[in-house]
Amino acid sequence: MAFDSLSEKLQNVFRNLRNKGRLTESDVKTAMREVKMALLEADVSFKVVKTFINSVTERAVGQDVLNSLTPSQMVIKIVNEELTKLMGDETTEIVLKPGNEITTIMMCGLQGAGKTTMAAKLAGKFKSKGRKPLLVACDIYRPAAIDQLRINAGKVGVDFFEMGTSHAPVNIVKAALEHAKANNENVVIIDTAGRLHIDEQMMEELITVKEEINIDHTVLTVDSMTGQDAVNVAETFNSKLEITGVILTKLDGDTRGGAALSIKQVTGKPILYIGTGEKLTDVEQFYPDRMASRILGMGDILSLIDKAEQEYDEQKAKELERKIKKSEFDFNDYLDQINSMRNMGGITKILEMLPGMGMGNMKDVDMSSGESALKQAETIINSMTKKERANPDLLNPSRKNRIARGSGVDIADVNRFIKQFNETKRVMKQMSGMMKGGKKRGFRLPFGKM
Amino acid sequence: MVILMGEEKEKKGFFRRLVEGLTKTRKSIASGISSIFSAFSKIDDEFYEELEETLIMADLGVNATMAIVENLKEKVKENKIKEPEQCRQLLMESIEEQMNVPADAYEFENRKSVVMVIGVNGVGKTTSIGKLAGQYKNMGKRVLVAAADTFRAAAIEQLTEWTNRAGVEIIAQSEGSDPAAVVYDAVNAAKSRKTDILLCDTAGRLHNKKNLMDELRKINKVVDREYPDCYRETLVVLDGTTGQNALAQAKQFGEVADITGIIITKLDGTAKGGIAVAIQKELGIPVKYIGVGEHIDDLQKFNPHEYVEALFSTDAAAEEA
Ligand SMILES: Nc1nc2c(ncn2[C@@H]2O[C@H](COP(=O)(O)OP(=O)(O)OP(=O)(O)O)[C@@H](O)[C@H]2O)c(=O)[nH]1
Ligand SMILES: [Mg+2]
Repeated sequence: MAFDSLSEKLQNVFRNLRNKGRLTESDVKTAMREVKMALLEADVSFKVVKTFINSVTERAVGQDVLNSLTPSQMVIKIVNEELTKLMGDETTEIVLKPGNEITTIMMCGLQGAGKTTMAAKLAGKFKSKGRKPLLVACDIYRPAAIDQLRINAGKVGVDFFEMGTSHAPVNIVKAALEHAKANNENVVIIDTAGRLHIDEQMMEELITVKEEINIDHTVLTVDSMTGQDAVNVAETFNSKLEITGVILTKLDGDTRGGAALSIKQVTGKPILYIGTGEKLTDVEQFYPDRMASRILGMGDILSLIDKAEQEYDEQKAKELERKIKKSEFDFNDYLDQINSMRNMGGITKILEMLPGMGMGNMKDVDMSSGESALKQAETIINSMTKKERANPDLLNPSRKNRIARGSGVDIADVNRFIKQFNETKRVMKQMSGMMKGGKKRGFRLPFGKM
Repeated sequence: MVILMGEEKEKKGFFRRLVEGLTKTRKSIASGISSIFSAFSKIDDEFYEELEETLIMADLGVNATMAIVENLKEKVKENKIKEPEQCRQLLMESIEEQMNVPADAYEFENRKSVVMVIGVNGVGKTTSIGKLAGQYKNMGKRVLVAAADTFRAAAIEQLTEWTNRAGVEIIAQSEGSDPAAVVYDAVNAAKSRKTDILLCDTAGRLHNKKNLMDELRKINKVVDREYPDCYRETLVVLDGTTGQNALAQAKQFGEVADITGIIITKLDGTAKGGIAVAIQKELGIPVKYIGVGEHIDDLQKFNPHEYVEALFSTDAAAEEA
């Protein structure tokens, strides 16, 4: 994993130097070379890396690192802090106008960045906040782009506006605004064709829209896998269209996403949202600190904790805690845990967010076996009687046999599951003992081994 | 431009079109590189460092860059080269060396073949298939296209439009149907219609999604089982704008399919597409086509010599072509 390798490399650098006694400025420089490589491998723009390294070196040389007992960790801490600073200090979202006033949002970006899908995701998001969005199809070039938006509008249940492929986008938007006024739609989201930033004619098309219509938010959608060219793209879109914010897509992949940093640096515009999957609900707020950790390869542990907190009902957590302590944890609780994991996006998603899991080495883990183990556990529990679920000790061989038949699995599977359940119960009790007095979080993974 | 799609485009020589498509690429990379060659009066560490930077900025990645520069250093030593200017030819040679396309790379064009086109979301799979279909049709081949992206909204409509443009037939079911079933139908149609080349469009999928990669495996099995004697070609499409993640993509698609080639798209932008060099170097998978626009003609067979030539040639050389 990237973080491991970076921290390992740094440790090596410092270990060798340690033997000499004192760390010097040039030692820090050696360490910085490793940081530089890590950032470049994460696709951060070369120029941005250079400036960044300079400022971090300055800070690192200023005693912090030299006097530290664990210089490698100190370097990572500084790097992470500085990176977070560059990513922006706070999360920013699209602010909608109050009441029934119309907010106009125009999507723009390169071909294949994910504008059409993101337009629909945003519409769904605003709809769930009680707004009435209108999706407007202005990609008059790509075959079936209009159909794609129409279908997605239907899926999220919002209004849709199109005028075919023979009208100029500026006229489509004008008509769409009339439509919005007449139908009380108050968030107008305009999907536009993907275009190269250097395609003057195509850029002109959007400039015209902006000149003739008041666009409140011009949002640049960027593929998070973009390489060094991200700066050119972002710079040009920004200078021609004065973008107001950026959306990063496809972050459910294993890209380190260094482009995020480059774009933030060259445009100074906030990153608003991130796309994290193909489902139309897969859109999340952007957290600069999490992105910084991701670029360094430290996983997205904070997002995971956040999700867990969202999904985990405080009341239930307390009850569970009580049960664990008293060893009353039963199959119903187990089932609850499975469901809350599922609400968090399933094992795959959870594992992806854990440090060490997201970056490339996931390929070695057969995650679907974890998922299918969950499914099997669920079927087995569902084949138990109410009494059995509440009293795990009731399970004798004949009951187990019945459960196996009922759930269509081998008796061996049932036995394995029960053994695992008991093991889990034991570990959880131990853990809850250890956590006494410490900071408590509702979130626990009940599955010791997967 | 897309608007001109329907109109006849004047036929141009291969090199001309390539150079045209790569103009931006060439300009930025060449200007970067030639400035290095001219700014330095001797070959020293600083010179090599600057060179590394330039290659990294072209998305070649740290590893490929290091290897290329090491290789260059050796050659400089061997040949006792003193002038930075002379390094240019050497550099081009060493990159070209790594970009070699095997002699049988396009054998599938002469056989009864099934071409699977795979890749992550939005890279240009469907468009590339449309372009390929058009080319093979023009070569007088019997072409059939399978709409195995049954997932993305309007993917089938998009592909249908491309098959209309290319003037070839399509096998499709409805959105949400099993892609393996579509491929099953298509393969059997290809056999009975004596199709020369069957092109299969697939849904965009991120390479780290186990279940989607399994789906691809299943689709491949259908072809193996239903049409064992066909010639198999599997092309991974990579977006030329993509950075180092393209390597991970190529690697992980390689685990579920026998990748036989790569298509790099969107090289008409300012992205330098240097990841192609890194992939060829690390995985040995040849780049077979490059996409240089949205028009049906904007797909070129990859030619390493002309590619590197176009990347490094000065404007004068480009005009000559
Ligand atoms: N400029 C340029 N655009 C391209 C090129 N190839 C494809 N595109 C555009 O990129 C966008 C995405 O292309 P698609 O063919 O839909 O990509 P896909 O991989 O099939 O996408 P999904 O099926 O959604 O995963 C479209 O707008 C294409 O017109 C190219 O070589 N140059
Ligand atoms: Mg497609």
